[in-house]
Amino acid sequence: MNWAYSITTIDGHLILALSILLGLEVIKNIPAILHTPLMSGSNAISGIILIGGIIQLLNAPMEQYGTVIVASIAVLLGAINISGGFFITDRMLSMFVMKHKSQTSKKP
Amino acid sequence: MNLEIAYLIAAIGLVQGLKFMGRPAKARLGNVVAAASVIIALLTVSVATGWTGTSNVALLLALVAVGTIIGKIWSARIAMTAIPQVVSIFNALGGICAVLLGLNTVYGIGTTVDEALLGTVLIVANIFGAVAFSGSMVAFMKLDGLRVPRPSSTQKYIARTLLTSIVLVIGYFLSGLSAPTDYPPLLLAISGLALAYGIFLTLPIGGADMPVLISLLNALTGVATLMAGLLFRDPVMIIGGVLVGATGLILTLQMCAAMNRSLASVLAGATKGVRKQDTDVEQDIRSITAVETASLLAFSKHVAVVPGYGMAVAQAQRECFALQEVLKQSGVQLHFIVHPVAGRMPGHMNVLLAEANIPYASVLDMAQANDTMEHYDAVLVIGANDVVNPAAENDPGSSIHGMPIIRAYKAKQVIVMKRGMAKGYSGETNSLFDRQNCKILFGDAKQSLEQIISELKRI
Repeated sequence: MNWAYSITTIDGHLILALSILLGLEVIKNIPAILHTPLMSGSNAISGIILIGGIIQLLNAPMEQYGTVIVASIAVLLGAINISGGFFITDRMLSMFVMKHKSQTSKKP
Repeated sequence: MNLEIAYLIAAIGLVQGLKFMGRPAKARLGNVVAAASVIIALLTVSVATGWTGTSNVALLLALVAVGTIIGKIWSARIAMTAIPQVVSIFNALGGICAVLLGLNTVYGIGTTVDEALLGTVLIVANIFGAVAFSGSMVAFMKLDGLRVPRPSSTQKYIARTLLTSIVLVIGYFLSGLSAPTDYPPLLLAISGLALAYGIFLTLPIGGADMPVLISLLNALTGVATLMAGLLFRDPVMIIGGVLVGATGLILTLQMCAAMNRSLASVLAGATKGVRKQDTDVEQDIRSITAVETASLLAFSKHVAVVPGYGMAVAQAQRECFALQEVLKQSGVQLHFIVHPVAGRMPGHMNVLLAEANIPYASVLDMAQANDTMEHYDAVLVIGANDVVNPAAENDPGSSIHGMPIIRAYKAKQVIVMKRGMAKGYSGETNSLFDRQNCKILFGDAKQSLEQIISELKRI
């Protein structure tokens, strides 16, 4: 497949190993109030799989209907996943933020 | 234009965004950073890939635009009580994406898989994606109250059979007996088996175990994404997938710890441990009216509410806020005590309370509250059951024995709001109701709260 930044297999495994260590470190000790937004936010990030759909769709000649259709479905579903995930996370977090502001503004 | 730099920024942004999302003050910024990183990554890939024709680009843009609008409308319309359902659906979308891309790789593009490593990566991506998809769909149906078959031991037997067949097919591929031309049908078969496995894995899992299940399904999508990243040789997909996988895994383990159960016993399902159905003990119940509750609260100093899934079902979170406000006027302090697995996903109750404008400072976690439980003059249990059942502490025969609970029974007075005498999801009798300091307020939680509030205003 034609993709400009293809990394080698060993690079891939290196990135995998390092990012597992990093990921576990970053996610540790999250307060309970953020569990739901964290989950829906990370859910949106998993929509990054859309990259694969883009690569397939842009590489496929239009005549290959099957390939184009399947890649198109993947792109559409991935886009819903990303957009919906980030928007709903923002909606949730905005409720937390508003509350913090109204609290501090009431005090003085 | 230097596209490599843009890709590097996207990778760093994902990690930093997620890191911010773990801190209350920076969480919203973190979400924006993560979203921006994803957009940068997608743009970079689109530009760097080049294209075979302008129609492809037009199609891509149209699909992304439609998808974005659908996602935006959907997320704006959904009620906060339905967050677990929406997260499940979005998770399912990510999972099915992995399956479609995997199948397209061998069937559509016609990549010949002759390398064992690449073949395995593709198989694993499809298995995890398929299980995440069908599992999340079943979880969605359960959460949304749609009819699904009740948990049974047959389902567990089918699940085990399916898992065994998946392992056997992988073994056949790895043994080298299969020709490269066999690979596409092999992948298709495994994907089908994994889809079925996801259904039978999820069906037996009980409602109270939903926080564990949803976290686990989230982790599965993460693994599918990172495997797809290895397949497409794309570093940002790998990093993104790992971050999602790590989030899901850590939350899964935290939720299991909060119930003092192993992941294996959660997956073993809800059919276990429902005992002595025939020896139902007659419980000695004292009931209380809303008016009596109101006067009790009016003469208290410290009051706490223990919310559970029932509060979400009754949509009673705004009444909880109103109760807090009216009690504050008469000098009564109202706290909320949230059990880690209350609700249907991790942090579910916190989101609902925040939606109702209840200040973060008045929401306590279980450990904080249990130390000072004796100080509460009254504890209102709204739609929670198992998380306040003392049997978890003193009845070794109970199926929830060992689970850390909110020790509401230690408060001077406990009032449990219930529709009827139905049991919690564990199916266990709640020995809290037998206690001298426990009274039950029958009725819909929302209506009862409204009555209490109007009565308090009159006092």
